[in-house]
Amino acid sequence: MTPLLIIMGYLALLLGLGVLSNRYFRGTAADYFVASRGIGSFLLLMSLFGTTMTAFALVGSTGESFKAGIGVYGMMASSSGIIHSACFFLVGIRLWSFGKRHGYITQIQFFRDRFESDKIGLVLFPILVGLVIPYLLIGVMAAGTTIEKVTGGALPASMFPAHGVGAAHVAAGAVPYWLGAAVICIIVLTYVFFGGVRGTAWANAFQTIVFIVLGCVTFFVIADKLGGARAATEAVAERNPDKLRRTVRPDDPLTRYHADQARYASARTKWQAAPEAERGRPPRAPKKPHGITMLHFLSYLFIPLSVGMFPHLFQHWLTAKSARSFRLAIIAHPALIMLVWVPCILIGVWATSAVIDGKPVIPPGFSNPNAVLAVLVGKLAGPVLGGFLTAGILAAIMSSLDSQFLCIGSIFTNDIVGHYLRRDRLSDRQKVMIGRAFVVFIVIVTYLLALLRPGAVFTLGIWCFSGFASLFPLVLAAVYWKRVTKAGAYASVLTTAAVWIWLFAKAGYGANREFLFLGMMPVATIIAASTAALVLVSLVTKAPSAATLEKFFGKPRHAA
Amino acid sequence: MRKLVYALIVLLLIVHQDFWWWDTYDPLVFGFIPIGLAYHAGVSLAAAILWALAIRYCWPAGLDDEEPGAEGGAGREGEHA
Repeated sequence: MTPLLIIMGYLALLLGLGVLSNRYFRGTAADYFVASRGIGSFLLLMSLFGTTMTAFALVGSTGESFKAGIGVYGMMASSSGIIHSACFFLVGIRLWSFGKRHGYITQIQFFRDRFESDKIGLVLFPILVGLVIPYLLIGVMAAGTTIEKVTGGALPASMFPAHGVGAAHVAAGAVPYWLGAAVICIIVLTYVFFGGVRGTAWANAFQTIVFIVLGCVTFFVIADKLGGARAATEAVAERNPDKLRRTVRPDDPLTRYHADQARYASARTKWQAAPEAERGRPPRAPKKPHGITMLHFLSYLFIPLSVGMFPHLFQHWLTAKSARSFRLAIIAHPALIMLVWVPCILIGVWATSAVIDGKPVIPPGFSNPNAVLAVLVGKLAGPVLGGFLTAGILAAIMSSLDSQFLCIGSIFTNDIVGHYLRRDRLSDRQKVMIGRAFVVFIVIVTYLLALLRPGAVFTLGIWCFSGFASLFPLVLAAVYWKRVTKAGAYASVLTTAAVWIWLFAKAGYGANREFLFLGMMPVATIIAASTAALVLVSLVTKAPSAATLEKFFGKPRHAA
Repeated sequence: MRKLVYALIVLLLIVHQDFWWWDTYDPLVFGFIPIGLAYHAGVSLAAAILWALAIRYCWPAGLDDEEPGAEGGAGREGEHA
């Protein structure tokens, strides 16, 4: 019951914040979609950080380091610290400036003007929306599952009996998945509906503080329960030293792997002995640790470039009060990433080898790395911290969901309805109404899709990031390269789509989660192809008009 | 200075590929952080410092004129919004 009460209290606070932000709403479309371009440094930092850090920053980072060791930090976190800030500095500020000068709300408005092409909106629209939707689904599904997992016994068991086996087991009296997901959708919808982007910025600031603080508190509590940080690391050095570096040596004990193997062998024997009709799916063999190759590590550097093309980040950039408002975000973002990720990486690594009273804290054969943090907290920290940590995980999920819901609503309103159906003749009030209606529509559609629990959507996460990252050359060229042409832009977008689909198919449509192409992340190949198409086609096609160049780069300087 | 800051950022991207710590966890920094992790935590801090220098020395010219209420700012809001 305690975790449920804490979660309810937290959600009530968020709801209050959403209603409060509505009191500052000025009733205009510019206020609803870009907060009248009045967000200051601190709120901008918090909303950018909260939006880029999903629940993956807490549970995914712990799970990944449990699987692959400390190398995950360099691959996913320190690289993001450098690249995200580069995107804010090199692209974000410029786009903010163009947005302010020309009144843009969405990326598509900018690209239409910059590339002198109305149709490019139609090409980009399905790609951008298509890449955001799996991301939304992952958030809603993760929220519903998280609440279901931690609230066992909170409701009457007669109404909500236990069900499922293995990793899918749900305790009696748990808040059901459909209800948890619905509550999260309603909370996010409320503050996005009433507060628009200002509501999301406020909520993100609050939620970001919550998950940073809770991440740190969890780290200290778990370290203490494991006999101190030094003892926890020494246990890893003794049992699974491969998790403390990026290689596996022939003489490594691989204690966890061997325990997983023993559990698998026993489960396999039981499965083979069972009558064929009762067998179900065969148990999955554990994967032998193999370290991280240098090429794989290097090619992961391309993934954080996705931040430069996220439509929801673009919208947050446009909310900035001034160019100076970006400064704090550019500097503090890498440090905040470190603050959240380092404790989670250490917790994940410690979990591989932690033993209490002679028993591993994470039992052999444990097949759901994303649940490692929740299990550790449940076993070592008790219900109060468990409740707060769940609130932190939900905070991380919602701080991304809200911006994504709003940005899709903005794209539909401004790039489709406003642009094609009403030919840019919508009044402010109509735009806000349509924006809100689309947000409601998207939340309902996402919720209904989430009820189907399409497990395959989780494999799409890295592919969505790869798609956005591969479009980064387009935005970089649009901002800095005067010679980039409309044809070059089309070539880049279409090449990205084609190579993405080809590699996605080669990876078994996401089924092969460890898929590498030429030893690298697929994004490296897609980005090389999209850049080549952009540059080559631009060089052989007609340069943009002088009017467009003047609009974005000022008047050309002529020799006296 | 501008070129130096950009060069340092490129250098940071290069030293991010720390092949020299790939196969070891020793020394343990503060007794519990493997060197490969401590090094990359340092990379994160170095990134924060370098981006602070970039703001100081490489800030794009002209943008600070575009404050709220400046010409072409809020007045043009209706163009698309």
